[in-house]
Amino acid sequence: MGYVAIADRDHEVEHHDPQTFISKYVWSQDHKVIAIQYGCTAVFVGIVALILSAMMRLQLGFPETFSFINPENYYQFVTMHGMIMVIYLLTALFLGGFGNYLIPLMVGSRDMVFPYLNMLSYWVYLVSVIILLISFFVPGGSTGAGWTLYPPQAISQGTPGVDWGILLMLASLGVFIIAFTMGGLNYVTTVLQARCRGMTLMRMPLSVWGIFIATILGLLAFPALLVSAIMMLFDKTLATSFFMPAISSMGVDPGHTGGSPILFQHLFWFFGHPEVYIVALPAFGIVSDLLSTHARKNIFGYRMMVWAIIAIGGLSFIVWAHHMYVSGMNPYFGFFFATTTLIIAVPTALKVYNWVLTLWEGNIHLRVPMLFAIGFIFTFIHGGLTGLFLGNVTIDLPLSDTYFVVAHFHMVMGVSPVLVVFGAIYHWWPKITGRMYNETLGKWHFWMTFLGTYSIYLPMHYLGFQGVPRRYFAMGNTDFMPASAQDLNAFITMAALFVAFTQILFFANVIWSLRKGPKADPNPWDATTLEWQTPDTPPKHGNWGHDLPECHRWAYDYSVPGYKDDFIPQNVPASDEAPADRQHGVEEH
Amino acid sequence: MEIGLIVLATMLAALLGWLLKQSFSTTPWVAGVTAEADHQAPFNARPKLVALTTFLAVATSFFALILSAYSLRMELGDWVPMTEPSVLWINTGVLVLASVVFQWTRNHALSGNVARIKPGLLLAGVLTTAFLAGQWLAWQELNASGQYITVNPANAFFFLLTGAHGLHILGGMYVWGRATVRAFGGQEMDAVKHSVELCTIYWHFLLLVWLVLFGLMLST
Repeated sequence: MGYVAIADRDHEVEHHDPQTFISKYVWSQDHKVIAIQYGCTAVFVGIVALILSAMMRLQLGFPETFSFINPENYYQFVTMHGMIMVIYLLTALFLGGFGNYLIPLMVGSRDMVFPYLNMLSYWVYLVSVIILLISFFVPGGSTGAGWTLYPPQAISQGTPGVDWGILLMLASLGVFIIAFTMGGLNYVTTVLQARCRGMTLMRMPLSVWGIFIATILGLLAFPALLVSAIMMLFDKTLATSFFMPAISSMGVDPGHTGGSPILFQHLFWFFGHPEVYIVALPAFGIVSDLLSTHARKNIFGYRMMVWAIIAIGGLSFIVWAHHMYVSGMNPYFGFFFATTTLIIAVPTALKVYNWVLTLWEGNIHLRVPMLFAIGFIFTFIHGGLTGLFLGNVTIDLPLSDTYFVVAHFHMVMGVSPVLVVFGAIYHWWPKITGRMYNETLGKWHFWMTFLGTYSIYLPMHYLGFQGVPRRYFAMGNTDFMPASAQDLNAFITMAALFVAFTQILFFANVIWSLRKGPKADPNPWDATTLEWQTPDTPPKHGNWGHDLPECHRWAYDYSVPGYKDDFIPQNVPASDEAPADRQHGVEEH
Repeated sequence: MEIGLIVLATMLAALLGWLLKQSFSTTPWVAGVTAEADHQAPFNARPKLVALTTFLAVATSFFALILSAYSLRMELGDWVPMTEPSVLWINTGVLVLASVVFQWTRNHALSGNVARIKPGLLLAGVLTTAFLAGQWLAWQELNASGQYITVNPANAFFFLLTGAHGLHILGGMYVWGRATVRAFGGQEMDAVKHSVELCTIYWHFLLLVWLVLFGLMLST
């Protein structure tokens, strides 16, 4: 019935074909246009956050050199960089961008189930971004509370942006969560309801699985951020005492009584940890599809991969307090959260093994998306292993406030997902735009980004072991830090600037491709998934022309023995292959 | 955080159980035709019902987390239990009635008794508006007696919880408004029926939330 309900809408969709420029590209209800809007907006704020990080690195690498960076600015840069990258770039790009583009195409649907809500989701997201950006220009500037916005300092006098910046930040987060919820309802319903005939849940590509489970995590976890944002807004504007203890700040008594800052931390990380996987799970899924397609081999252990995604999603809700070891807690709690943290490494490691085993004896094509996917395996293993260090209470305590932590989470949550973002853009670019990009330029972009980011974050681990504290505006003269630490900091800054400028290659490639790129083949990678089988490239409104596709197989029929091509698209019926040989192939599993 | 955790764990367990059931004995690598049931949503639900259910999960998570915060904050020294305004009892009764009227309207709508839809919708709307007005009165009463939001964390939570609950009801009133306008516009009775169905579920949910909130606030 669910399926029929969607199929019946065929004629309806045709009716609403957008006519004017505005209904086609601005107030568009087409999931592909909305995805591009989401993507462009996210990348735009991402560039803002990238510039902020460059400013931070300038200060750290060459202290007392730049007069335009003072301690207040520095903390504002840190805060805005973190918040933008995690929420407004990665979350929005993976779910709003790739989720929007890929879900309907990959499950064989004409559009999201609620196109109007989908459009609304983007515009509300845009409002949240605008509110966030306005906070740069209000008196006092944006908030400098750190991206975790811990009270009491987030809303106490003396913190940058305490008057307007923090209000706009909290408001923007609230608006973002509304936007995300509208989008998320769509993604979940579309996956559950609008799959084409034959597309069972277990035939969905892993990209869809990753995005689907990440959306569920987001829907359940973002309310925690919303609750903490609302309660902090109350503390700030109405002088309630949810989080604010009785303190006087800068000689002023703001009238708070006995609130609990730890309560905020619990709420924040109850959102914050699943958030890691909201970003990571779509990346896991996408990387699985990239590896399988470009290695011409079925993904190793498909069902295991699905279960691992589900298990990671479930476990991600019971590890949050490992972000709070230094806040102090009952040792038994510490033990509990360390254990759950280590347990979550099991399904995660399983995925890594399966990726590597997918490459094993594959027919590996080192095209640009594949390079990024393999690069991701490196950075993710690297960041994941340091996560095992930090998951243990006794190791976390001395390392928590050092650059080791900065290195860890940038490796696992910064570089890794961004490599996947680039890999995914290079992979689906021909389908999205109908044009090819310059392969050589893409490879240069990969190698310079990959080696460049390693030059940034590998030395940071070492700085962390030396005890160089994070969050400091300037290190000053301290005995425990040798002068060489500063040299290393200068090197890291050079590497960071190098990586930042390298991204020009990407944008140059994009612009060149859009203007002069050769016309792309509809299925340049010989991929099996449905989005490559559309009648038009780029797909038109409604995606599938007159008839919806029918799915006959899973997404990973690569190099099937006895079949003439090394791939069989999902919409090719079972009877169209050489039956005897195919039978042989099945028995082999 | 136990409350939030338990509620979330229950919701996740239900979802994971269903997902695992879908995936356990499958052989995805075998090509071929699948059963019709395999590309359908749980319980043969329609898209809007799936979306509503998902939203109810989001709202449950939202309220459960506030209640977690409530129980954590309550244990700290400065908590003074609040005396809830007695008008809340009347409000609760009104909200129960609204829920009953919605159920009544839905039953008639589903059994094809279209004539009952308009009066049912109107009555439910009036009752719900009365509930919101009653909540507003409770706020006024508290403010008049000096029980401001800042006096005590218990008060702050009272205003936060009633406000959040009221906003959710307002959201429901938007859907109710659209359905009512359509019903009186005399067109698309099927769509109206579906809206009535969804509203009924939503109102029951918000009644349940209110009973939990009210019970908790009374007992602490």
